[in-house]
Amino acid sequence: MPSLNLLGQALLAGLFTGGLYALLGLGLSLTWGLLRVINLANFALAFLGAYLSYQLATALRLDPFLTLAIVVPAFFVLGVVLQLGFQRFGISELVSLIVTFGLTVILESLIQWIWTADFRRLETPYVRATLKVGTLYVGVSGLLGFVAAAGLTLGTWAWLRWSYLGKAARALAEDGAMAAAFGVDRRRLALLLSGLSAAYAAVAGLFIALSHTLAPSQIYAWMGVVFAAVIIGRLGNALGLLAAAIAIAASEALTMAVTSPGWAPLVSFTLLIVVLLLRPEL
Amino acid sequence: MWPLEEVPVSTIPRSLLILMLGGIFIIAPWAPAAAGTSGPPVRIGGTLALTGPLGPTSLVHKIAGEISIEQINKRDGLLGRPVEWVLLDDQSKADVTRTLYERLITVDKVDLLVGPYATNAILSALAVAQRYQKMLVHHSFGIPKLATYPMHIPVSALGNEPDKSLPKKVFEAMESTGQAPRTIAIVTSKFSSVHFISVGAREVAAARGLKVVLYLEYEFGARDFAPIATRIKEANPDFLWVGAIGLDANLLLDAFQTIGYKPRGQYHLFPAPGPLINAPGSAFAFAYTSFEAHPPMTNNPSAEELSRLFHERAKQAGLPYPFVETQAASSFASWQLIEAAVNATRSLDDKVLAAWLKANKVDTVYGKLSFDGPNNYGPEYTKVKQIQNGRWVVVWPKEFAAPGTKIVYPAP
Repeated sequence: MPSLNLLGQALLAGLFTGGLYALLGLGLSLTWGLLRVINLANFALAFLGAYLSYQLATALRLDPFLTLAIVVPAFFVLGVVLQLGFQRFGISELVSLIVTFGLTVILESLIQWIWTADFRRLETPYVRATLKVGTLYVGVSGLLGFVAAAGLTLGTWAWLRWSYLGKAARALAEDGAMAAAFGVDRRRLALLLSGLSAAYAAVAGLFIALSHTLAPSQIYAWMGVVFAAVIIGRLGNALGLLAAAIAIAASEALTMAVTSPGWAPLVSFTLLIVVLLLRPEL
Repeated sequence: MWPLEEVPVSTIPRSLLILMLGGIFIIAPWAPAAAGTSGPPVRIGGTLALTGPLGPTSLVHKIAGEISIEQINKRDGLLGRPVEWVLLDDQSKADVTRTLYERLITVDKVDLLVGPYATNAILSALAVAQRYQKMLVHHSFGIPKLATYPMHIPVSALGNEPDKSLPKKVFEAMESTGQAPRTIAIVTSKFSSVHFISVGAREVAAARGLKVVLYLEYEFGARDFAPIATRIKEANPDFLWVGAIGLDANLLLDAFQTIGYKPRGQYHLFPAPGPLINAPGSAFAFAYTSFEAHPPMTNNPSAEELSRLFHERAKQAGLPYPFVETQAASSFASWQLIEAAVNATRSLDDKVLAAWLKANKVDTVYGKLSFDGPNNYGPEYTKVKQIQNGRWVVVWPKEFAAPGTKIVYPAP
């Protein structure tokens, strides 16, 4: 019988991992839900962001969080450029999947060329800092990642729900022609959303660098589970994504705590199948 | 003359193909041409996991292979002809490996084969080699009982029964300290070779009177080790055996850091050589090895030269641990075997070469290797290494221990 401490520690790990899933999935959820672009390159961008944060923090001895001041604007521009490319070639939803997979492969090669295939670890005080709450250990980098995930998903949800631009984006996804008739500039809004998505990937990258050892091939390790979280949370729904990501990660962590850890990978897809069976409209 | 690294690109849209090929050309390895050679090159084909989860360790094999090719070509190549290494990226996937070896034989028409990295890929390559009756010299196969093909030549310290011999050596090392562990936790990846040996470790531990207080298996490529780390902490073993490969060891140590746990003794089976040494909490960790770049192993002239060259290249390539160890030495030895067999027989015929290697002892970076035991395996020569003062050093068996070192257990 697992102890309460073990269950508590597992749930905490699930919460933090869920935050990371949500950060990684936020950009994908926005572009897929609102622009109909399945941007797999989001994962590669997150890792590129992680490596850039690692490089800037290591070479310039910057606080890792200060690297965001450089990486986030740069990635916003990158996202805009990417969307300009999609618009220029009129890329459809299905084709975007293939094209962005190709981009992912290219970015992986680029990362491997610059930083080699060997592991990289960002050594900062955040990595080892731990708080003790009762009998539980709380990793500071995980906690900060969760706070960032909660803040960004909540902010994005509120922005989409209450701001003019957010409403315009939702209207565009609902009925593009009608939204355009009401003066929504689809092209510019798409550029904004794509830039935002890439900027979110940069933030996710920082927290990956803070909490994980980096290797280019790790890009693909996150895809399946984050995809499941994005779909279960409903496309374009930031809060739904956060809830789904936490549910998946907590279920995985509890599975590892009480049964053989080898069963954990089944959890996300089992949840996905169950949810799709119960709510096929997703 | 200049070997070019190739990557399968069949699933990539044509519009991206040009860009990708551009990238591949940029990262293509270069080896100098042979000085006193002439005629068409002898083409030796193989794959490595240049991308994917096994990429970091494959990079070590790539550097060792490039050094080998350079040295062979400096010695006038093979049969007076320059040697070219046709290296493909198997992406750490066994199914891709199978296809690429098929391609190496039927399309690239290479003269000889050299193995890929790691057990799953080698199993795939062995099947293809057997179908075409090609000799396969390989360097990182972990389940000898599955290698029944008569023309495979394994450079492996593991011997024929690593599931028994390797754990035995680890436990002997611990017992030699006079403070032998009484309880053990075993956690292992399901990756075939480490799983096979870790299952053996469970049996050997029980047979030697160690109480196995925790046994866990996790999927290859697992990311979150926090719950596993907490379970190990709660089990509180005297000794921890980790059937680790790739990133596992680092991820587990990261999780230990978060929960404030430090094992009294920890053994990691096949960690990538560099990263573990730099991981917080890795001091005094043990791991498997067959070679480390210190005396008495570097007393061998070819080992000394390999150590020097590898150190230069690995630093250039930015490897975090730029020293020769098991992986580099095994790779280098596999090329030494090919060179010795071709020079001795003056032939490129696979059957002739395999027969010669099975009948002779060959001088390598390890000393003399033989392939006359069950499934072509010779005697085992595994060693136990430990992180001491920021370096990996062999601590067991005593005769191979780095000068002035002894086993530190329990960790201070």
